[in-house]
Amino acid sequence: MKHLLTLAPALALLAAEPALANRVFVSNEKGNDVTVLDSETLEVLGTYPVGNRPRGITISPDGTELYVCASDDNLVRVFDPNTMEEMHTLPSGPDPELFVLHPSGNPLYIANEDDNLVTVVDVKTKQVLAEIPVGVEPEGMGVSPDGKIVINTSETTNMAHFIDTETFEIVANVLVDSRPRFAEYNHDGTKLYVSAEIGGTVSVIDPATQQITRKITFEVPGVLPEAIQPVGVRVTNDGKKVFVALGPSNRVAVIDGETDEVKDYLLVGQRVWQMAFTPDEKYLFTTNGNSNDVSVIDVAAEEVVKSVPVGQQPWGVVVAPN
Amino acid sequence: MFKAIMGLVAGACALAGPVMGQQQPGMQQIRTAVLRVDAPGPPPISRLDLPVADLGFAGARLAIDDNDTTGRFMGQDFEAVEVTASPETAAAELDRILADGIQFVVVLADDATTLALADQAGDRAMLLNARARGDNLRGADCRANTIHVAPSHAMLADALAQFLMWKNWPDWLLVHGSHPEDEALAAAYRRSAAKFGATIVEERVFEDTGGARSTDSGHVQVQAQMPVFTQRAPEYDILIAADESDIFAPYLPYLTWDPRPVAGSAGLVPRTWHPAMEAWGGTQYQNRFEKMANRLIREEDYQAWLALRIVGEAATRTRSADPATLREFILSDQFDVAGFKGQKLTVRDWDHQVRQPILLTTGVLTTSVSPQDQYLHQTSALDTLGIDRPETECSFPEVP
Repeated sequence: MKHLLTLAPALALLAAEPALANRVFVSNEKGNDVTVLDSETLEVLGTYPVGNRPRGITISPDGTELYVCASDDNLVRVFDPNTMEEMHTLPSGPDPELFVLHPSGNPLYIANEDDNLVTVVDVKTKQVLAEIPVGVEPEGMGVSPDGKIVINTSETTNMAHFIDTETFEIVANVLVDSRPRFAEYNHDGTKLYVSAEIGGTVSVIDPATQQITRKITFEVPGVLPEAIQPVGVRVTNDGKKVFVALGPSNRVAVIDGETDEVKDYLLVGQRVWQMAFTPDEKYLFTTNGNSNDVSVIDVAAEEVVKSVPVGQQPWGVVVAPN
Repeated sequence: MFKAIMGLVAGACALAGPVMGQQQPGMQQIRTAVLRVDAPGPPPISRLDLPVADLGFAGARLAIDDNDTTGRFMGQDFEAVEVTASPETAAAELDRILADGIQFVVVLADDATTLALADQAGDRAMLLNARARGDNLRGADCRANTIHVAPSHAMLADALAQFLMWKNWPDWLLVHGSHPEDEALAAAYRRSAAKFGATIVEERVFEDTGGARSTDSGHVQVQAQMPVFTQRAPEYDILIAADESDIFAPYLPYLTWDPRPVAGSAGLVPRTWHPAMEAWGGTQYQNRFEKMANRLIREEDYQAWLALRIVGEAATRTRSADPATLREFILSDQFDVAGFKGQKLTVRDWDHQVRQPILLTTGVLTTSVSPQDQYLHQTSALDTLGIDRPETECSFPEVP
């Protein structure tokens, strides 16, 4: 409760500012907590325990529920983003790592790495709606902007599975490079980006035909190719810029979303994993697991403007929509 | 750029190619065998290392599960025939496997048996060596039909040496056993010391005088013997035990005359896999294995798993069940496979050794993973481990 009291006046103050600040939630895998930052001042507002081994983190479209994969607790914990008090939990299947929320805010699609399943959970009724058998070690989860297709990547099968959200059936499988980690659509749903950690590539897939139209490769002078391991992917709303976190190479690649050519590499912290934009896309936050910090990228300038120390081994990040 | 990669509709993929199995029409069949040759011998020093009946086979079963899960989407079905043999029956068992038309054979055997089986198979099958570590198998006695999934002695020794140099422990007391394979492992440590600038201050041989490995209250004698055996050594940083035969190394930690750590065959041990490994998705791999096998994983299981994943990966990528096509792809520079080691694993073209990071493990945890960051290489950091291209003694006959 004391966190609520310290947070509330700050929010009231910020609400009056013209540039609206948003809270940034960073899951710290080893720290077992979430660090909350202010997206304008880039100050740490607080650190809150969230269960064991928090990894995937997301927030409802209306900003009222924060979802955290508590991997070692084998469930999803749901928090009030304003107070960081736990509201309830959701069943997830064992060892949940990543999930994606339907654009409408319900249901939640969770990858269960141990069971080769994607679990679909209704966040209101807390019921499991479906368990969909997929490839070995499901990991990355993406959803099409119209909410009709959910993408799951399976790390040992090396595929992106296209799942129909009405029927819960797999409608297509696209073979990509080794250990696909993350799937992200562009805003108009014309491109799907799938990163392959060990393969070292990002496949650009045409969702309509389920064909790979291009494979983006990366090369950083002075960095061994093995260290270039694409993980998180984020695309700006206009589709013009694609950011790819390159893991232990400590770089984020900036890609032209129209030509899919790499424009630049930004030096960030160590083992960069996941990323999130502020709603106005002024900033992109990256979690750097081995340096215990978050890098803040100025999206327009394509520059790292600050790094902020957070908890131990930051893994996932999400920014409140309001 | 497109590399013939297409989206597939699940269950609707009708693929061309010979159909060998009867039970699943329309599926490509990829048949393999796992041949484990168990040499008779005394039990290990520690009962934690007692042999398990499904050693290696359990890893192979997990690989077949993994391959079949992918195969569901690709229209491919995998099979591994499990065969146990003694050194005397190994040749007959391999004949039976070859007569069955199987062209990928995972072999878990000692150095000499592995070599003999490779010569016996000739061009009728590709062997995947999942146990033998002898450097000669990758050197003067290399065979073009064999892929070495198991690491070589040289790779293991280099992995440890890099870490010890990083730790600034360059002075080693080398103690090796009296069997030929112990001597071969000791030679690998001598080579690593020279390669990375360590000094072997003295060598001692621990003679295998026979007898039971452990007896009731046997620790009383061991506690007296080991300090005496290691006393009056020149100043050293760490004792390196080269004990491939499991005769003495596990007795050494905490019983050296001088207070020094032990590495090699006991203490800090270089290996391909460890049941406590959790990095790079390892946790999920351990969970899947333990759920299936009801025990902790061993190195032989990991190596058999990786061997069959190599075949599975080749079948997925080429969309083929044709052994010649798979073999050609595995040996091409297009091939790589993921093995929960944080980077792609590939095959060295000069000796067919699988490049792989090596774990340095204590009893309960992974302490480090080599190659160490400080050791650079012009092509792959993994080639700082083991015998590199310019120094290989292997020469494969030119393919006509």
